Amino acid sequence: MSKEKKQHHEQLVRISKRDQMVFWKSWLVRLAAIVLALILCAFVIVLITGYNPLEVYSSMWSGTFGSARKVWLTLQKTAMLLCISLAVTPAYKMRFWNIGAEGQVLIGCLATAACMIYFGESMPPALLFPVMFLASVAAGAIWAMIPAVFRAKWGTNETLFTLMMNYVAMQLVSYFITFWENPAGSNSVGIINSMSKGGWLPELFGQKYLLNILIVAVLTVLMFIYLKYSKQGYELTVVGESENTARYIGINIKKVIIRTLLISGAICGIAGFMLVAGTDHTISTNTVGGMGFTAIMVSWLAKFNPIVMTLASFLLTFLSRGAGEIATALRLNQSVSDILTGIILFFIIGCEFFINYKVTFHFRARSHKKEVRE
Amino acid sequence: MIDIIATFVKQAIIQGVPLLYGSTGEIITEKSGNLNLGIPGIMYIGGISSVIGAYFYESSGVELNPVLCVLIPLFCAFFGSMLMALIYSFLTITLRANQNVTGLALTTFGVGVGNFFGGSLSSLFGEGGSISLIRTGECFKATLPFADKLGLFGKTFLSFGFLAYLSIIIALVASWVLNHTRVGLNLRAVGENPATADAAGINVTRYKYLATCIGGGIAGLGGLYFIMDYIGGAWTNGGFGDRGWLAIALVIFALWKPKHSILGSILFGGLYIVYLYIPGLSRSSQEIFKMLPYVVTIVVLVIMSIRKRHENQPPASLGLSYFREER
Repeated sequence: MSKEKKQHHEQLVRISKRDQMVFWKSWLVRLAAIVLALILCAFVIVLITGYNPLEVYSSMWSGTFGSARKVWLTLQKTAMLLCISLAVTPAYKMRFWNIGAEGQVLIGCLATAACMIYFGESMPPALLFPVMFLASVAAGAIWAMIPAVFRAKWGTNETLFTLMMNYVAMQLVSYFITFWENPAGSNSVGIINSMSKGGWLPELFGQKYLLNILIVAVLTVLMFIYLKYSKQGYELTVVGESENTARYIGINIKKVIIRTLLISGAICGIAGFMLVAGTDHTISTNTVGGMGFTAIMVSWLAKFNPIVMTLASFLLTFLSRGAGEIATALRLNQSVSDILTGIILFFIIGCEFFINYKVTFHFRARSHKKEVRE
Repeated sequence: MIDIIATFVKQAIIQGVPLLYGSTGEIITEKSGNLNLGIPGIMYIGGISSVIGAYFYESSGVELNPVLCVLIPLFCAFFGSMLMALIYSFLTITLRANQNVTGLALTTFGVGVGNFFGGSLSSLFGEGGSISLIRTGECFKATLPFADKLGLFGKTFLSFGFLAYLSIIIALVASWVLNHTRVGLNLRAVGENPATADAAGINVTRYKYLATCIGGGIAGLGGLYFIMDYIGGAWTNGGFGDRGWLAIALVIFALWKPKHSILGSILFGGLYIVYLYIPGLSRSSQEIFKMLPYVVTIVVLVIMSIRKRHENQPPASLGLSYFREER
């Protein structure tokens, strides 16, 4: 009897790969995941604080959009996150797991800060800005290229290599901070050229952040075109999908890897340039503040589509700024935002499964079989 | 001079213990093919779970029993970290999510939870102020009573709390299980080629889940050691620093062998603090010295990939989800 039963044992749940899901349907799934995550976050908030979660969410909203200054700040943070996300995207599309964006941006920051400190008050702006820009682009590109060369030539594991490069970059920054500290002994650089504003990006229409936002907007469109319509974008996609196919159709894989990472690092350098010259006007090991890691999630959540990334980076910025706001309002610790971000990320990461796979339950099939047997 | 070296070795071992826990846990995880970049977050969770457990035990008002003082935080740390690893396992194994992204999200979450509860636990449940669990800390710091009488050797090698020795025992056991038992063989097979392992009748999903959860639990003990023994029962936000990433670096340095990571952890611990022991270093060159553990890891990684010795490579399916019906 038991043997017979075993024969008819069938998996209760069957998982199969789905064909491409309809566009709106897949977004509906993602939206549902975000809503579910927000509900869970609400429970967490009630559990921790006992406040009404709706009030908490509304104070998150007003914290992010409450005043013109807050809106600009939110836009600026979104732009920076988006810029770094754009930077890591070509590498990720090529399945090159570059988790070193943090370091690549930081090294770009370092180059910009160095230019501002050494040439900021002696060079004319017309020369200074190109020098700063090129220096940070070169620095970011070199930082990304080192792991790329080793990966292309010897297959060195890029995830771990780029991860380590982050900390090398951080220590390098701390090293230079000891030379540049101002005032002496403070272990921080202070605002660079606070009087002369040498090397500060100009304000457009009186808005401090507008130039940064415009640069990132242009980059977004360029990256979209590059990935979708250029030959290089096609090549890196093929390398990502299957290296064997790429080799078969005559793509030089090593060249593609190094070239893609050069672009990736260069955009990280631009992000560093904007962070130091455009917004912070100073440098510390925390200038990038984990955005290099968040950017990876943005890029991946958006399925490497630069336009969708705008939304994704906005969502994450909104979350962290809003959660920071409620933390201040409710006298909680700022880390609430990390918890909420984590929960929402888990849901979005998990929901991809339901977009890519079909889950079939087999209650009916089983009872049907039984009937036949009887 | 010999005294300075002895102190240095002792401090290096102390710094190495959390790294050893982290890397042993991560090695077990990676042997199943899961690259868990959530280890830094898991170690934070290990620390904070133990703090929460000890906090409620110390403030419950009962007579404190030293054995329970040790066991409660120990179990809290282990199960808290296992729960985190379970989230990771569910997302990457059952839902087949990308391992890098899941791991990074786990780190964000874990560090957030740690810093949140560490900073506001006492204002949420008690009278406020910062938490200090000195009595629990003392239980963890308890050493052999005769260690100090054994001269330099006793002072240098026998004067640690029990967690330091436990870390070495766990690493040795893990090494033995991985290399000399059927379970270890199966686990390595899963990490090298899950499809083949599956065909050979090994339950790939079960192995991946168990390895990741147990590995996570072990890694969490590193956080426990740091909070209870090293700090002595207090939480400082972000105090754990980047040790979690260093533990992942140690995995590479140890070439995925827990036995190697015992000596490796002492070396890394030494590199982490060597700048304090070299006389006449300026502040700027100290920063360069702090770079050493990472640079050493990169060098090892590069040499390993150039030499391509088969036994020194990472598990072949590291970082990839397994789906039976694929291809």
